[in-house]
Amino acid sequence: MHTAAFSAAIFAISALAGFLGSLTGLGGGVVVTPVLILLFGVDFHYAIGASLVSVIATSSGAAAAYVREGFSNIRVGMFLEIATTIGALTGAHLTSVIPVADLAVIFGVVLLYSAWHSMRHHGDLPVDRPDPLASHLRLNGTYPQGGRKVEYRVTHVRGGFGLMYVAGLLSGLLGIGSGAMKVIAMDQVMRIPFKVSTTTSNFMIGVTAAASAGVYLNHGYIRPALAMPVMLGVLLGSLLGARHLAGARTRNLRLVFAAVVAVMAVEMIYNGITGGLQ
Amino acid sequence: MNDDQVDILISTILRWGVSLSATIVAAGGVWYLVESGSSRPDYSHFQEIHGISALLGLPASELMMLAGLLLLIATPVARVIFSVFAFAIERDRMYVVFTLIVLAILLVSIFSGI
Repeated sequence: MHTAAFSAAIFAISALAGFLGSLTGLGGGVVVTPVLILLFGVDFHYAIGASLVSVIATSSGAAAAYVREGFSNIRVGMFLEIATTIGALTGAHLTSVIPVADLAVIFGVVLLYSAWHSMRHHGDLPVDRPDPLASHLRLNGTYPQGGRKVEYRVTHVRGGFGLMYVAGLLSGLLGIGSGAMKVIAMDQVMRIPFKVSTTTSNFMIGVTAAASAGVYLNHGYIRPALAMPVMLGVLLGSLLGARHLAGARTRNLRLVFAAVVAVMAVEMIYNGITGGLQ
Repeated sequence: MNDDQVDILISTILRWGVSLSATIVAAGGVWYLVESGSSRPDYSHFQEIHGISALLGLPASELMMLAGLLLLIATPVARVIFSVFAFAIERDRMYVVFTLIVLAILLVSIFSGI
């Protein structure tokens, strides 16, 4: 295949991944990696390098909008980024040690879980007991609702911090944003309102990914000519997806997409176990 | 500087960083495709490099795309650097320290292989 045709095909599939990824909240990066590996025969390391770059682009672009709206909790984000960046640094170094077959299996399992998580119903959990650490760290905040500010309290700070380390670890290991796990750490463990959790997660993804990106660059995972169509495609697709999200009935689309993602996840696990990926 | 102003400045940094880097990557990409031939690079086999300086031998069009990608990676780092100053102006010493820790980890990552 000519370079131009190859790049155009990757751009198109990345745009589709970005569009569906932003509609479902899965993120485009996590979907584009198995496509590059399974459909285009791209090496695992190059695929996660290109995907990580697209993750930084989409999360920073989305965070720019959310931060302005006042939903993101900057202090929660900043504090938890200590955990995610240390995790990312660890994970990014581990990718050069762990065999690709094992990484493919881990990737498949995380992808399956993310697909399942994206289909779940989200309701805010009440704060069961106040955590004095949250007050000490000034993590409690407000978010806008109908022209006024709603106050919320944060709890289980240590548990959330620990889970954020794991989220960062997976992000660095697999070149993904780990948005699903970041949201779980905030809304399920720390009991932060869902909308604040998702937007703060988005805010954190860029910094977490940047911590991995340095290691990826220095090990040669990021090839500019491959990352170019992936980053531009996913970015364009997710911008269109975010616009489409406002009025669309997306339930059927989400189900179909979750099924496609699940098939790819199983394919990754299968290839990893049978030695199809080296 | 209050929290709302900080939010708006962070938003502006992120927006400009992503727009500018995407423009540079796209321009480098067009240049790369114009001069590319019928044989495409092989991405099926991974070749590890040691340090980003190994990429400096790439053709100019690929270096331009790389420059755009570096700018993209620098965007969240710039946001963290800005946050250090924003917390310092608010005299929030605890969060100045937290933010400096995150910044140090990012710099370790970026300069890990050079």
